[in-house]
Amino acid sequence: MNYVTFVLKRAFHAVFVLLGLSLIIFTVSRIMPGDPVRLAVGSRAPQWVVDNMREQMHLNESIPVQYGHWFIDALRGDFGVSLVTRRGVAKDIHEFFPATLELALFSAVISLVGALILGSLSARYKDTWVDNAIRVWSYLGIVTPSFVFAILFVLIFAFWLNWFPTIGRIDRAFDIARITGFMTIDSLLAGNLRAFWDAVVHLILPACAIAMGPLAQEARITRSSMADNLAKDYIASARALGVSERRIMSRYLLKPSLIPTVSIFGLDFAAGLGNAFLVELIFNWPGLSRYGMSAMLSKDLNAISGVILTFGVVFVVVNVIVDLIVAQLDPRIRLRAAKGS
Amino acid sequence: MKRRDLDSYKDLNDPVQLAGLKRDSRRENRARNWYKFTRNPLSMVGLITVLTIVVLAVFAPFIAPYPEHVKPFTDFKNASRPPSAEHWFGTDEIGRDILSRVIFGFRFSLMMGLVVLVIVVPIGVLLGLLAGYYQNSWVDSLIMRTTDVFLAVPPLILALAIASILQPNLFNAMLAVCLTWWPWYTRLVYGVTSGLRNEFFVTSAEVTGARLPHILFREILPNCVSPIFTKMSLDMGWVIILGASLSFVGLGVQPPRPGLGTMVSGGTRYLPDQWWISVFPALAIVVLVLGFNLLGDGLRDLFAAEDS
Amino acid sequence: MSDAPLLDIRNLEVDYRVFGGTLHVLDGIDIRVKPGEKIGLVGETGCGKTTAMKSSLGVLPSPPGLISGGEILYRGKNVLNYGQKKMNSIRGREMTMIFQDPMAALNPVFTVGRQFEPVLRHAAGRRLSGSEVREMSIAALKNVALADPERLLDSYPTQLSGGMRQRVCIGMALSTNPKLLIADEPGTALDVTIQAQVLSLLNGLVDDLNTAIILITHSLGVVREMTDRVYVMYAGVIVETAPVRDLFSNPRHPYTRGLMESVPKLSGGGLSSAIMGRIPDYMHPPGGCRFHPRCPNATEECRHLKPALTTVGTDHEVACHLYGGEKNRAESSGKSAPNGASKESPAGGERTQGRNLHA
Repeated sequence: MNYVTFVLKRAFHAVFVLLGLSLIIFTVSRIMPGDPVRLAVGSRAPQWVVDNMREQMHLNESIPVQYGHWFIDALRGDFGVSLVTRRGVAKDIHEFFPATLELALFSAVISLVGALILGSLSARYKDTWVDNAIRVWSYLGIVTPSFVFAILFVLIFAFWLNWFPTIGRIDRAFDIARITGFMTIDSLLAGNLRAFWDAVVHLILPACAIAMGPLAQEARITRSSMADNLAKDYIASARALGVSERRIMSRYLLKPSLIPTVSIFGLDFAAGLGNAFLVELIFNWPGLSRYGMSAMLSKDLNAISGVILTFGVVFVVVNVIVDLIVAQLDPRIRLRAAKGS
Repeated sequence: MKRRDLDSYKDLNDPVQLAGLKRDSRRENRARNWYKFTRNPLSMVGLITVLTIVVLAVFAPFIAPYPEHVKPFTDFKNASRPPSAEHWFGTDEIGRDILSRVIFGFRFSLMMGLVVLVIVVPIGVLLGLLAGYYQNSWVDSLIMRTTDVFLAVPPLILALAIASILQPNLFNAMLAVCLTWWPWYTRLVYGVTSGLRNEFFVTSAEVTGARLPHILFREILPNCVSPIFTKMSLDMGWVIILGASLSFVGLGVQPPRPGLGTMVSGGTRYLPDQWWISVFPALAIVVLVLGFNLLGDGLRDLFAAEDS
Repeated sequence: MSDAPLLDIRNLEVDYRVFGGTLHVLDGIDIRVKPGEKIGLVGETGCGKTTAMKSSLGVLPSPPGLISGGEILYRGKNVLNYGQKKMNSIRGREMTMIFQDPMAALNPVFTVGRQFEPVLRHAAGRRLSGSEVREMSIAALKNVALADPERLLDSYPTQLSGGMRQRVCIGMALSTNPKLLIADEPGTALDVTIQAQVLSLLNGLVDDLNTAIILITHSLGVVREMTDRVYVMYAGVIVETAPVRDLFSNPRHPYTRGLMESVPKLSGGGLSSAIMGRIPDYMHPPGGCRFHPRCPNATEECRHLKPALTTVGTDHEVACHLYGGEKNRAESSGKSAPNGASKESPAGGERTQGRNLHA
């Protein structure tokens, strides 16, 4: 019962945030200097085309009505036509988004798993050389922008060591039918293991470049929360009552220590999506970020709105999931939320 | 009771008197903590790095070996030279000294960080104070729900979108970063303020008829100072990264001006053979951000020790 | 009752390694507990009571804690040599501990029932079915006079009041039927009335089970009510030990006297009226007797020589130069083994007297 209340509250909040976001995007798209219609149809189009277009885009109506039209269209998944691809923005998003999501999820897994391993090693061997090495590494990870990691990785692992390919999602020799849009899954569905491996190899460098920052951040947080909790009375108390060391480590310590790590994960995932914008450029990754980037550089308003709203939705959904997991881990949050504060 | 009466009233159980005493001991603490700060090697490395870079940036025309390479300049004879005694960081594809350009590039990065924080911090802090003070009212909901919305998009994406819609230049890049960054300060200050809202010293100020600005800025704000300063020092690093990222995609510092991000992206075309063209500016970003982070962590420890 | 001590802490030294130096927190302490005996361990906050007890159970967080010397004998065997597994076989079943802050002693992310489970399984030493565990936990909770134990088992610690949490902790500790219970200031975090209830409950339970108890406290009233024998601790050393009546009728150490004088002050101001100053800095403790900077009777000698425990009456020992005499001074100046000389003097028989006297 508690949990249901919590979920409902969280979902309501998410919907509200998305509404606000749509308002911001709409506002931003209307404050753009210059006439959006002129931009859309080109400078040589005759005036009547422009007028027709204005009518079509409801630009002659009052601003609230414009927003209403825009919002209803957006709700139906209609973001208009992209200037760059001359196709519906929704169609473009459908095509490019899975590549970005695949990359983001892959890097999320890398960062989370890596952070838990490094963080607990660091806490367990606190103040030894293991801990110090991990701390120095996570410091560097935090301060280095992901596009710098991307360049260094390409240079070292792709060009110099030749371990990984530099660009794209898969070797062109493979012709994998698109089913889910996830190259790894599609290649598995096609039963082509070599293609699957090739897709994974293509994923590793860009995913690592994106994962480095979050990994470092999460490792640092895991370390400090584990070290803190290790000194807590309830650990000493459990030991005093004869609870086995293995159980203490794997449950009594791990569960409360996971809470801050998982909490920060939502933000880190967002940072990862943002960084994907730059990393996809460097790796020539045919994803939504690269699409969004080219839309931004050519002031393709419809595409920009669509892309940002998509990322907003992903971010909000991820955060709801993260909150639900955290609430699952931490009864205090669940109880407080259910009480209604 | 008149203010003068209060001052002459000596009783250690009186919180007003205690506050006065606390200020002296706080100064003492600060002196001791500064000593502690200087004893922490990492914080000192951070401070020295930041100071060095600031000096380099301020006196760039006198320090950079080839200051003329920052202006439109070509020297194809010396193009794409690897690092050497003459050109420590090598030269780029049109023969400009990369070290000189990096030194000038620090100017843009520091300016970015400074301008953004100078604009963002007062706005964010004021909104946070208001929302925290008028807790659970429409002011609170309006401000805090707005921050929720702004924080619902990854900052880099929002900044990219805003910057792309405006003209691509440094000013608009700063504007875009400002628009994405204020909610963090609002949240930070809101957290502290709402915790202090019902504390005795706030209530007593209200009861004695203090005006709103006094309560906000003289009673509550001093309690937020240490987290704000810590965050500012850490944020210098993040804002610099954000600015470099915008420059990297061509939405910040415009060539031929030497933005660090601009230089990195310009150099990617010449990977892997002329790696130095983008690697050195990239490392410069890392060093700069590292400096601010070490400094910020040092400050955080300092303030944490002071609080306890 | 056998004379063999259940727990025998000998010359225990503990350091805390912290950033910037080493804190010598325990400077060689001796404590003995016989089966069924009730011991009070008294001293100001921060004098090392909890550290000593956590060390005995092997639950001292390390780092920063480090046992740098001495022995801890449980039933005659030095548990400091025990590995984790062996130590674990004693903990819970033989001796266990109740922590000061019931808020912090229960894991906030598990229900009470989930926390009972491993404790009972460990104590039973055999497989227990789910319903058995549940029955036993309910019995344990009823034992500590908690109403509605069924619902409690499915609650998280945050849902319980401080007093309930303290009872849960006691119930959990006693559910394993230990021979020795270390209670670290039980109830101090609670209201005075609830504290009194918790203490009388605890007292009754250990009487019923004939469990030996070490009660850590800074309240002399509690000590007087509940214990047979008292150890007074100051800044990491035992300064005085005596049967409880003897201590109250004839306190010897200036610190003990100071403690007694500060008792009537109900306002909770503590020691300020009787003993000036506060507990010293462990990184640079005062030389000689650690109490000398605050001691009204301090002499030049106190600044340089560490006093050893000396017998001053029946089963009554005190570490103070006021009672040392020439002989003790000569012996204790061999700084490395300050306690060695005096420890041989009190006969084992004398020690039991305290217990009998009280009972």
